[in-house]
Amino acid sequence: MLRGEGTFVDDIHRDALHVAFVRSPVASGWVREIDTAEAAAMPGVVGVFTGADLGHPTLTAVLDRPEFVPTAMPMLAADKVRFAGEPVAAVLAESRYAAEDAAEAVWIEIEELPAVVDIEDNARVEVPVHDVAEDGVLLDLQMFLDPDLETTMSQAALVLDEQFSFGRVAASPMEARACLVEWAPRDEQIVVHISTQIPHQVRSGIAQALRLPERCVRVVVPDVGGGFGVKTVLGREEVVVAALAHKLRRAVRWTEDRQEHLMAAFHGHEQRFHVRAAFDSTGSMLALDADIRVNVGAYSAYPFSLGVEPLMAASEMPGVYKVGKYSARGRGYASNKAPTAPYRGVSRPQIVFVMERLMDKAAAALGLDRIDIRLRNTIADTDFPYTGPNFVTYEPGSYVEALQRCVTEVERAGWATRKQDATDGLLRGIGIINFSERTAFGTSVMGMRKMPMTPGFEVAHVRMDPTGHVTLTSGTLGHGQGHETSFAQVVADRLGLTPDQVKLRQGDTDLAAFGWGTWGSRSLVVGGGAAARAADELAGKLRAIAGEIFGVEPHRIVLADGLASVDDKPEANVEIAALAAFAHFQSHQVNVNDSQLLEGRGSFDPPGMFSNAAHAAFVEVDPGTGGVRVTDYIVVEDCGVVVNPLIVDGQVRGGVAQGIAAALYEEISFSPEGQPLSVNFMDYLVPTACEIPKVQIHHLQTPTDLSVLGAKGMGEGGTIGAPVAVATAVNDALAGHGQDFDRIPILPEHIVERLGAARIAGPAEAKEAR
Amino acid sequence: MKDIHLVTMTVNGTEREMAVESRKTLADALREDLRLTGTHVGCEHGICGACTVLVDGEPVRACLLFAVQVDGRSVRTVEDLAQDGELSDLQQEFSRCHALQCGFCTPGFLMLAEGYLASDPDPSESEVREVLSANLCRCTGYEGLVEAVCATALRRRQTP
Repeated sequence: MLRGEGTFVDDIHRDALHVAFVRSPVASGWVREIDTAEAAAMPGVVGVFTGADLGHPTLTAVLDRPEFVPTAMPMLAADKVRFAGEPVAAVLAESRYAAEDAAEAVWIEIEELPAVVDIEDNARVEVPVHDVAEDGVLLDLQMFLDPDLETTMSQAALVLDEQFSFGRVAASPMEARACLVEWAPRDEQIVVHISTQIPHQVRSGIAQALRLPERCVRVVVPDVGGGFGVKTVLGREEVVVAALAHKLRRAVRWTEDRQEHLMAAFHGHEQRFHVRAAFDSTGSMLALDADIRVNVGAYSAYPFSLGVEPLMAASEMPGVYKVGKYSARGRGYASNKAPTAPYRGVSRPQIVFVMERLMDKAAAALGLDRIDIRLRNTIADTDFPYTGPNFVTYEPGSYVEALQRCVTEVERAGWATRKQDATDGLLRGIGIINFSERTAFGTSVMGMRKMPMTPGFEVAHVRMDPTGHVTLTSGTLGHGQGHETSFAQVVADRLGLTPDQVKLRQGDTDLAAFGWGTWGSRSLVVGGGAAARAADELAGKLRAIAGEIFGVEPHRIVLADGLASVDDKPEANVEIAALAAFAHFQSHQVNVNDSQLLEGRGSFDPPGMFSNAAHAAFVEVDPGTGGVRVTDYIVVEDCGVVVNPLIVDGQVRGGVAQGIAAALYEEISFSPEGQPLSVNFMDYLVPTACEIPKVQIHHLQTPTDLSVLGAKGMGEGGTIGAPVAVATAVNDALAGHGQDFDRIPILPEHIVERLGAARIAGPAEAKEAR
Repeated sequence: MKDIHLVTMTVNGTEREMAVESRKTLADALREDLRLTGTHVGCEHGICGACTVLVDGEPVRACLLFAVQVDGRSVRTVEDLAQDGELSDLQQEFSRCHALQCGFCTPGFLMLAEGYLASDPDPSESEVREVLSANLCRCTGYEGLVEAVCATALRRRQTP
């Protein structure tokens, strides 16, 4: 990677045709005509294909529940376009330059319709986004309904009635989506090189859309330049490229550009909450009622479906708190915007935002300390295992300790004193928040969603070659999370080897039998757990052979430091490499059954477990420009046993950066006609090194017996905590000036507006005033 | 009808000739014609900096330059940093400081830092941050990147 020798999809050299997509210029409309003649005649063009030319392939992501309305997603839109940027035709040419030239020459006549931009627009338009859902509601699920909730509300000392909302964002990994699909006649397969987080689900989806046996689709994933969720779903462009390669028996490639990615890939996080929360006079929460509405966009993404955000929000909302009576309704609304996919954190950034803001509001209303009210409601150590009104059972975590430690670290860092500094005119604020994150969702939890394909388990395979080196395959798909390091560490520890003797192979569906990829903070726990079990099986074989050599029971063989030795007689030992050679080359001398096969298989399917963390942010607000700078950030996190601290810290830092981005910078905004307005990096503001502070990280370790390694997942926590930590700090800095912010992103113009008369005029305005 | 130009440039110390369309970007010429795929293309509008290379020693966006504009000049890409198979001090510090996760933005940051440190061997941490803000990274939160560049500067000052 450092040498420039990484291989991303677009780095693979092939004699391939290039695809450019012709996309809808409008958000909604009837397609009246597609004229491809001029484009097809242009130099270098091999063909122009519409949905009809490909037999109208579709993918339908469904949830098997009556509250869900299934909608088919055509791979190329045919009679109707449902968002600006939706692919309508594919131009195939000898170079990308030629393909893009010709794409501009394809004429599409569209009778434009009024667009559904906000979810309320569903009630205003005459032609709904989907005919099957006239009101635009594609999912409506009252997940929890406590019959006594209203009584409790009516008797409570304090009832908050609040609205919260969140801007639409894009994951925007530095490598956008890309695929290269080849025809392999010898194996009668299409070989799909693709930048994805879910190789086996890509295989399933392409096979379904093209009506092929899965064996005929081989997915091979090279280096992946970031995913963050947008690559946990199968894109229609990717299916089209596969369809063209299969149809023409040629290598075909497509590399998404940034504008396509921001405009027409998948978005996330556009949610609205109407929440009522009841408290007694001491600040104990008595009841919580949440109405969660998600603008899911035009289609349901395969395989997770549009249910991913509303269901997650409703089921996980209480978080680290004992909320009393609980009701929650989750709804997904269609709109004329790009579809949504899971984005790092999936609804947890939003529900944690809501819960933490409720705590602050209740504290203010009741005259309580912001930390005290949190501690009063937090699930305490003595409560574990705690089953909440959301029917989730929480295994032990350090919810109280993490918050207290975070407060201590904030005190140690002297933030309170710095906050008082008024010499430079900046306004300063502190935000301290606490949350949990369910990680490593297994099939028992994912099954409740009722997807026809229920993810969650993982399988691993290890084999030792005659030189004692080990090849590990996993169905997970690391792409910067350092699986090569941490998985090797896990396997090596169990075999008495060093990590450099273990090589992880992943991402090839012909190599790894099956798997569910990398997302949902699952890989080290589920994939690593399966790898550990596979290694244990192999270790058992090594012990059996060594036991036979030394005439002792297998359990008395210790595998360590490259040696297999007898427990109480370390001088009786053999090098593991020699043992491997012996098992393979001298198997006639070995009596242990099956010893020729130095391999092991393992699978793991945990129910899921909760990591937790407390975050603190220190911000400076410029009352002249409305600019906010996050100057300091503290994380106290608990993901159980830390297998590799460097990797854990890297995940935390990157996550916090994305959370700060969602709080202060990033939003895909739209015109009233449904045109996305921030489709390049000039308008969609991914923060730079100047906007992201150093993050001070402290680890607590509450191991869990729900995972093989005692580890809990942790890939998303940073993204979950940071938005509300920053928003809380901004609200703290602006205390006394207008209404608190309950929507993110908080942009400079919002701050200037909120400061009103208290805004410090810039030099020009000051002069004018004089 | 295509207008093709013959351009000559010194790439990583070797003179290379290419016949390119006038509209072909330097990034595409490096990647496609010379197969130097270490230079990555992240946005094609000059913001993300993944395609940063050195032209006559200065960091430039290879997606914003046409190959014909670089005719007769000297280009250095990430492939030239390691010498005789050994990682350069800058690459070593990137590894040590965990300055990369997915690795897609890494070549651009390496070349930006290489060009910058040549012009300013003794930068403060905030100057490093400001310079690195020219490029985007989505994985690391930048801390390792800043640390790696500062550490390289220190190493170079200490080793004459």
